[in-house]
Amino acid sequence: MNLSSLARQLLLAIALPIVLLVLWWFISANNTSPFWPSLETIFKAFPTTWTADRIMADIMPSLARLALGYGLALIIGVALGTLIGLNRTVRALLEPALEFLRAIPPPVLVPIIALFVGYSGWTGKIAAIALGCLWPILLNTVEGVRGLDEVLVDTSRTYRFRKPTYFYQVVLRGSSPQVATGARQALSLGVIMMVISELFAADNGLGAAIVQAQRSFAIPQMWTGIILLGVIGFLLSVIFRVVEHRALAWYRGLRQSERGS
Amino acid sequence: MTTAATTAPERRRRRLSGSNFALGAIGLFSIGALLEILPRIGVMDRRFFPPSSEILTMLLRQLGEPGFWTAVGQTMRGWAIGLTIAMVAGVLAGVVIGSIPVLREFTASTIEFLRPIPSVALIPLVVLLYGTKIQSALILIVYAAFWQILVQVLYGVADVDPVVRDTARSYRFSRWTQFKQVVWPTALPYVVTGFRLAAAVALILEVTAELVIGVPGLGRNLGIAQSSGAVTLTYALVVAIGIIGIIINLFARYIERRVLRWHPSVRRDVAA
Amino acid sequence: MSIDTTPAPRERIDTTTPALDVRGLKKVYTGHGRDVEAVRNLTFTIRSGELVCIVGPSGAGKTTLLRCISGLLDVTDGEVVLDGKKVTEPPPGMAVVFQEYGRSLFPWLTVRQNIELPLKEKGLKKAERAEKVQTAIDAVGLTDSADAHPWQLSGGMQQRVAIARAVAYEPSVLLMDEPFAAVDAQTRADLEDLVRDLWHKFKVTVLFVTHDIDEAVYLGERVLVLSHRPTVILEDVKITLPDERSQLETRSTKEFADLRHHVYEQIQKAKQGFRPDGDTA
Repeated sequence: MNLSSLARQLLLAIALPIVLLVLWWFISANNTSPFWPSLETIFKAFPTTWTADRIMADIMPSLARLALGYGLALIIGVALGTLIGLNRTVRALLEPALEFLRAIPPPVLVPIIALFVGYSGWTGKIAAIALGCLWPILLNTVEGVRGLDEVLVDTSRTYRFRKPTYFYQVVLRGSSPQVATGARQALSLGVIMMVISELFAADNGLGAAIVQAQRSFAIPQMWTGIILLGVIGFLLSVIFRVVEHRALAWYRGLRQSERGS
Repeated sequence: MTTAATTAPERRRRRLSGSNFALGAIGLFSIGALLEILPRIGVMDRRFFPPSSEILTMLLRQLGEPGFWTAVGQTMRGWAIGLTIAMVAGVLAGVVIGSIPVLREFTASTIEFLRPIPSVALIPLVVLLYGTKIQSALILIVYAAFWQILVQVLYGVADVDPVVRDTARSYRFSRWTQFKQVVWPTALPYVVTGFRLAAAVALILEVTAELVIGVPGLGRNLGIAQSSGAVTLTYALVVAIGIIGIIINLFARYIERRVLRWHPSVRRDVAA
Repeated sequence: MSIDTTPAPRERIDTTTPALDVRGLKKVYTGHGRDVEAVRNLTFTIRSGELVCIVGPSGAGKTTLLRCISGLLDVTDGEVVLDGKKVTEPPPGMAVVFQEYGRSLFPWLTVRQNIELPLKEKGLKKAERAEKVQTAIDAVGLTDSADAHPWQLSGGMQQRVAIARAVAYEPSVLLMDEPFAAVDAQTRADLEDLVRDLWHKFKVTVLFVTHDIDEAVYLGERVLVLSHRPTVILEDVKITLPDERSQLETRSTKEFADLRHHVYEQIQKAKQGFRPDGDTA
């Protein structure tokens, strides 16, 4: 790629966002509706709203809970999904029950969890995130393990791979493209659960912060929270993609070579 | 290939798929039985986890109450309206953006930025604008479902075989004929996939709006039941919402099969 | 998948020791109220250092036989003995090259890593592994592609990787299950010569299963002709061709044509359901 085509790509990428921002700026500039403050006002509210203290008090707990819940869901989902996927009978036994659990919209789990531990505190929030993320990861892992290539399994048997090698090199890596699909779905559910779990108790976290701002009619502050959440959602998906891009480079190559032939 | 080696596993598979249904039923029943016994013998706290028979009885009793059906209707209405708006908007935008290369290039980064923004971030705004009216739920649903559909449609339109496109052009097909004969049939499987994904997402956001904002529907009833300590009812409503989720899922798959019955290819979901 | 560290014997000077002994092998698939007898009473011996081809009509249960020998499938009756030990699971002294080359290589590993992994599992030290891997890679002519991923290579090259992996493993017996059925004719001829070449160079014992009569005669020292299902051995043909073989010369000799003719006749008989004396299908 030469420099001029790179410049062209960059221009294409930033042209529309700039146009939209400029439009927002001017249209909102003389707006009198209290719910739509001017973009200038929102920008000016940013530094006073999101001070270092507030970042530590609200953004960090949110992200930490998301990381913990998501991580738990990944570990449990992949482990359980592998066990279920490797055994035909277990799979047949559990599949309808798992499909039912997946069909339940995750947000309804929040009040159920609150029955046990209440709305405030970390445990309930982490549990809500983890449970919301679990099913897509688990069910996709089951699919991935079920779809392992028989020839590859036979190969690892004839070369007498040890159990840990078999699990890592064959089962885990072989099902990783499907696991990634589940993990991607789970990430957006995780962000939803992160916000929702904070809306109920409204004690701390990003979700709590924007709902508090709304309740006290601090509209520009509320808008900064909404924008911040958007940016976080975007950044998380970028991070996910970079990790996936690196970890599954072989899969893209394989798919491309299959399509080419 | 030797026939013995290939037919034996096939036979095994057929036998299994026959008994899969039975095994699945046994699995469901066992879990139900476990959730009945554990609270009764005190392993699970009955105050937080009533035996499954009590939940089931409560659910059956709800089925006889008009109020329950009103809530079901409200939930389904919000879901259906939101999904329809998102479908129409997503397909139209997808086809237009997808068919015009310049437009696709200019919008790509913006779509990639707006898509991962969690629509629940808009909850405070819609509360201010519409309170507990149905519009609050609709905005959340449309925002979340729109991107699912748009992205699938874009994949679909991009999937049109260039040779077929050139052929259509060389025969001087009108734009409309080109769209009807070339673009739409190729994109259709993707559109249907987008519909299936969006249908599930729409239910999630509808229930969220009911639960968090208080838009009328099953989710609001669930929240009220929980906060008033009606534990059994809370569980019964969760089961009811789960059943609706399954019905929506089956419905989406049925539509998928109906629409694609004639389609030569069985497509896999595009990573979205 | 237990760990067995006993190294496979590598002495191959004595060609009278049986490397692989198949005695009265029988395999019956028990299906839904109906049993299918795939293999019936198969007996043969492969001596250390031999290159034996098994050829049979399609539907002769070749793959079943091979899966039984490699311990991937339980036998109904009879036994398979490798290096004096009865096979009940995939034994340590065996390597298998499958027909589906694209699916038997790990797509997430490079060529080098694919060959090295089984050696690692065998417990070889790093330096020793590196040396064996390099030797195998050079022997199959993949020196320049060692760090590529399998899917970046052509079909024939991928099968070379699978063969290199098997050879580097230094098995007592190398099983090959119709390894060249899915590659084009030119590549196939090259790979056949590669097998003869590696057999000479590394003194491996090879059991090569194929449905291709020419291939069996060209490659083997002996050709075992299988009957139709349920499978028994129709004939054990000794291939009297000279040790040095070439695609052009060998295939045009009268001896090759005669042997080919003979095996072809046997296969035709097998297809029509001919069975050895005293056996009924």
